[in-house]
Amino acid sequence: MTWEWSAVADFMPHFWDGLIVTLQALVLGSLISFVLGLAWALLMRLPTRWVTWPVGAVTEFIRNTPLLVQLFFLFYVLPEWGLTFSALTTGVFAIGLHYSTYTMQVYRAGIEAVPVGQWEAATALNLPLRRTWTAVILPQAVRRVVPALGNYVISMLKDTPMLMAITVLEMLGEARLFSQQHFQFTEPLTVIGFAFIVISYLASLALRALERRLVH
Amino acid sequence: MSTDTHPPFEKKPASARSDGELIRLEQVTKRFGDHTVLDHLDFSVDAGKHVTLIGPSGSGKTTILRLLMTLLKPDEGTITVAGEQLFPAPDKQVREVRKKIGMVFQQFNLFPNMTVLRNITEAPVTVLGMSKDAAEERARELLEMVGLTEHLDKHPGQLSGGQQQRVAIARALAMRPQVLLLDEVTSALDPELVAGVLDVLRDIARSTDITMLCVTHEMNFARDISDQVLMFDSGRIIEAGSPEKIFSEPEHDRTREFLSAVL
Repeated sequence: MTWEWSAVADFMPHFWDGLIVTLQALVLGSLISFVLGLAWALLMRLPTRWVTWPVGAVTEFIRNTPLLVQLFFLFYVLPEWGLTFSALTTGVFAIGLHYSTYTMQVYRAGIEAVPVGQWEAATALNLPLRRTWTAVILPQAVRRVVPALGNYVISMLKDTPMLMAITVLEMLGEARLFSQQHFQFTEPLTVIGFAFIVISYLASLALRALERRLVH
Repeated sequence: MSTDTHPPFEKKPASARSDGELIRLEQVTKRFGDHTVLDHLDFSVDAGKHVTLIGPSGSGKTTILRLLMTLLKPDEGTITVAGEQLFPAPDKQVREVRKKIGMVFQQFNLFPNMTVLRNITEAPVTVLGMSKDAAEERARELLEMVGLTEHLDKHPGQLSGGQQQRVAIARALAMRPQVLLLDEVTSALDPELVAGVLDVLRDIARSTDITMLCVTHEMNFARDISDQVLMFDSGRIIEAGSPEKIFSEPEHDRTREFLSAVL
């Protein structure tokens, strides 16, 4: 095995393209999973089984089937129903949806961890239900779950290469394409391996900083 | 009186302090599973009175406060506050009637995500529709009364238990309740912090016309502030009277036993 810096240099323009796609998938996928997961968690608290049963069933189904299967399904089946999106849009949505079924459980735990005394104080002050959620319960619940959400961001990062399966050229896709064209595997794969470590590390630093800011 | 210079409390002349019944419980029963905590309880409190509920733990004192705050629902009976029914009643009416009632909890239950000031202004602004400035001015007056003006920008976690409880008292008073429910408000405090909280409450009892319902194990405090003491046992009021009578010459054996155990 030889290491050729010239191959690294040749790969870099492709690497930057892939990096941007990976980061797009990570950031947008995270946002979707954070928002959708919270929506699931709140819907599951409604007192009517007409909502909690379907939401519970659908999210359970999504959580217990492979992301890769969901990617293929959304990419190849939705167009047959007349719904056509770009590969990246489909991929971002699939990752966000898949992980929302995990983040919903994180939110649920965070909401349940808010002491019942907080609800009682809100009742005693006559705060409307909506205000109780937005001003009292959710700020405390979200603060508790930031570390757990952060772990899922790292997991999502490590799942972004699956987007390759639906033709999205993120970092691994670019590296594989480059390798096949130039028969140089070591350099591009090493470069993206380091890139994954660096992104994880920066993401965890950012999350730790966020945690510190939220803790009083 | 102009609205922006009002004192912390609207004082009424002493003659207006007892203008009839404010709270009435009729035939109220509350069960937890097989256990009957309150058994067809009847009692009423006149406006402006300070009533202390004493009795062994599990005798139903706290349950009464929690029923009045609508944190619990009775299984049977009716609860009326200021002539309006609190239970049974439609949600909208409950919200209206509940505005007359404030509560201070054993565990303070301050909102840890808000500053002291915001803890106090949150409900007046969002529930009563006060302007932020008016609510903050009132909060400052109340914090001065409880001796915590310098802490208004802190979060509850930065305060001692006694300080947190005094903030909780200010927070309840900010809503200008007619009734203040005090649920063992010093039980969770370190002994050296109890006096500061009780002093604040004595001050409120003396200088306002707020009706107070108080569950406490601080018998000296109960003797000082109460117009009436109710002795509970197994979900029933077994003896009621002035603090002098209850503490000096209790009629009931259970009362004597209880008092000799706690005094």
